[in-house]
Amino acid sequence: MTLRSYNVPGPRPAGVALAEDADMLEVLQGFVHELRLAGLPVSMTENLDAMQAVAHVPISDRAAFRSALAATLVKHHRHQRAFDVLFDVYFSLHGALPADGSGAEAAAEGTGGPPGDGGGAAGELSDEELADLLLAALSSMDRDELRRLAGEAVTRYAGMEPGRPVGGTYYLYRTLRQLDIEGLTARLAALAEASAPTDERDDPLATRIRREEHEQRVRQLRELVEAEIRRRLVADRGVEAMARTLRRPLPEDADFMHASRQEMRELQRAIEPLTRALAARLAQRRRRRHRGQLDFRSTVRHSLSYGGVPAEPKFRHPRPSKPEIMVVADISGSVASFARFTLQFVHAMAGQFSKVRSWVFIDGIDEVTRFFDEADDLTEAVHRVNTDADVVWVDGHSDYGHAFEVFHERHAREVTPKTSLLVLGDARNNYHAPQAWVLEDLRRRGRHVYWLNPEQRGYWDTGDSVIADYAPHCDGVFECRNLRQLQQFVTAVIER
Amino acid sequence: MARFESVDDVVTRLRGADYLADTGIAGVVFLADRLEKPVLVEGPAGVGKTELAKATATVTGSRLIRLQCYEGLDESKALYEWNYKKQLLRIQSDREHEASWAEVEADIFSEPFLLTRPLLEAIRAEEPIVLLIDEVDRVEVETEALLLEVLSDFQVSIPELGTIKGHQRPRVFLTSNNTRELSEALKRRCLYLHIDYPDIEREREIVRVRVPEIDEDLAGQVASVVRSVRQLDLKKAPSISETIDWARTLLYLGRHEIDAEVLDETLHVLLKYQSDLARAHKELGADRGPGLTTGTTG
Repeated sequence: MTLRSYNVPGPRPAGVALAEDADMLEVLQGFVHELRLAGLPVSMTENLDAMQAVAHVPISDRAAFRSALAATLVKHHRHQRAFDVLFDVYFSLHGALPADGSGAEAAAEGTGGPPGDGGGAAGELSDEELADLLLAALSSMDRDELRRLAGEAVTRYAGMEPGRPVGGTYYLYRTLRQLDIEGLTARLAALAEASAPTDERDDPLATRIRREEHEQRVRQLRELVEAEIRRRLVADRGVEAMARTLRRPLPEDADFMHASRQEMRELQRAIEPLTRALAARLAQRRRRRHRGQLDFRSTVRHSLSYGGVPAEPKFRHPRPSKPEIMVVADISGSVASFARFTLQFVHAMAGQFSKVRSWVFIDGIDEVTRFFDEADDLTEAVHRVNTDADVVWVDGHSDYGHAFEVFHERHAREVTPKTSLLVLGDARNNYHAPQAWVLEDLRRRGRHVYWLNPEQRGYWDTGDSVIADYAPHCDGVFECRNLRQLQQFVTAVIER
Repeated sequence: MARFESVDDVVTRLRGADYLADTGIAGVVFLADRLEKPVLVEGPAGVGKTELAKATATVTGSRLIRLQCYEGLDESKALYEWNYKKQLLRIQSDREHEASWAEVEADIFSEPFLLTRPLLEAIRAEEPIVLLIDEVDRVEVETEALLLEVLSDFQVSIPELGTIKGHQRPRVFLTSNNTRELSEALKRRCLYLHIDYPDIEREREIVRVRVPEIDEDLAGQVASVVRSVRQLDLKKAPSISETIDWARTLLYLGRHEIDAEVLDETLHVLLKYQSDLARAHKELGADRGPGLTTGTTG
């Protein structure tokens, strides 16, 4: 069986379960291959498990089928989203859609039937009537009806043309705009308010809860529309093409400098468990690296089990020293999100260091440790770094040289042999003097100097990047474009 | 022992043990039953990971054997250990009888001197077993390797006794709070289940099942307020067990309606950090100060 041989043989009528097992296995292989392309580490064993699993769960029971595949193929929660998207692409044409037969019609329509026909009675509705029906379905939360109406709305508003190379987002946007989804939310709210008991109408808590409920329902409608569009696109273009357009880097591989807002949100969510995991592992490593002194009392106590022979020496728990970290970060536009991230990352791991202090600069430099000490949570602290730090000296263009000079003047004496200095930035100095002697001096005073550069290695020392001037005075210069590299760096440093 | 017929069967039977599983959870439990594989359950604290193992044990009529993991857990605490002290006594009491070393050795390395620990106990059991390895993320990587060996073969070799093989495969659940990344090797051998906070309908049902005295309306209110609280940016979002505690608290206080005042008095049951409490008070308008601004429009 070749891995890449799978192609959709034209639109397949939905509602018909896969006829043969061989067919199923082939689809599965294509799916696994695509997961690997998306970066998920699917091993041979897991692949075999998935094949066994599908034998026990019928594809017609979509939710169970999905969970069976997820349980065998996805072993990291942060990869779940990538899996879900691909699952929809690969299996949207396979297996029965719940409840009604309109799936088959809709799929057929998607491949080029004139808009408006099919969809049964809904075909004769006016736009207002469709909106009314949607409103009714939303307020009673009738999922089957909602799905049917979402399909109708896509047929009517998306204006999908077969073979046209536009992304699903375009059709989604068109459909949602035509549906006037905001107006729908407002009408839903008004409806609910009218039926609420009078004493609850002005109650902020009740209002808030009602609003969240509505948002949730409208979000579901949006998801249904999105799924419907995706399904039709798959029918039109084929599975592989769709999977390719939808391929996104996993959260840990997303580039700091070019992450979209959506990716940033996912990164934000991924960073917390990662730091926790990393901190725990580092603490453990450090504790276990060497044993402490002989614990005489304990050894004698345990020798009693061996008739007084000290056969099992006991040791005290070691108390290893923790490094002290100073972070100096460039927060000018191009690298701001990287700096924000790394600051958050380092401070989240503050427990692993005896002390963490941080400075941010553009052409002026300001210590921001206080924000992290005062704020309740890191997101708030990072926000204050962005708004309150005093980092502009002349014109608000990066000047590493000046920032370093000021840092040296004010804090050089605080750099001790226990201090590791971490510099974050792309070293794009706008042709100012690099003042590399500062790093040289700091390295002599401190323990280590590391530089993290969020730019791709290939762009270093091009244009106004002067990383080569600084590199000789650092113990290491690392490319740090995504969470994975950041994590590798921290592990490597602490294990020295 | 009663195997599961289908995914729906899992849902129905777990419900009988007061555990409400959604299709995702039930699907994995069913698959684990069919493929005879361990299930690795991850998720935030207090979403019912351990409960799932307990409920599965109840509905399949199995005995639950629990191995609580902690840092420093080793073979002698997880698998088996020779009872040194008893062996020593045995040797000393033997001095008068002049027994040969071979006899003594055969004697002191036999069943009565073996202390079985949870893993060995699960392997040797005759009756159906659910083995719960709780908080597996706390053990060191070396101990994880030991677990791997046991989980893949379900046999243990004790040099003095020979290989002990299980009569049956126990159902195994491993739970993890994700304080560290488990090894790929362990993950490969397990089915993976991530349990998240339940959606509003399921949470309402859970409250009704676990707090049967509550009326439907209040259960619904509890679930919606908890959802609302979880959407805030908190250090620690309320878990299901905290939701249930809160529902009980409301009952004891004789409240049938959640308003700002009640919320103000009882929010500390849901939230355990001062900063979280402050934020919730502010956002949900629970401190009833003048000039409330939350949600002025519908």
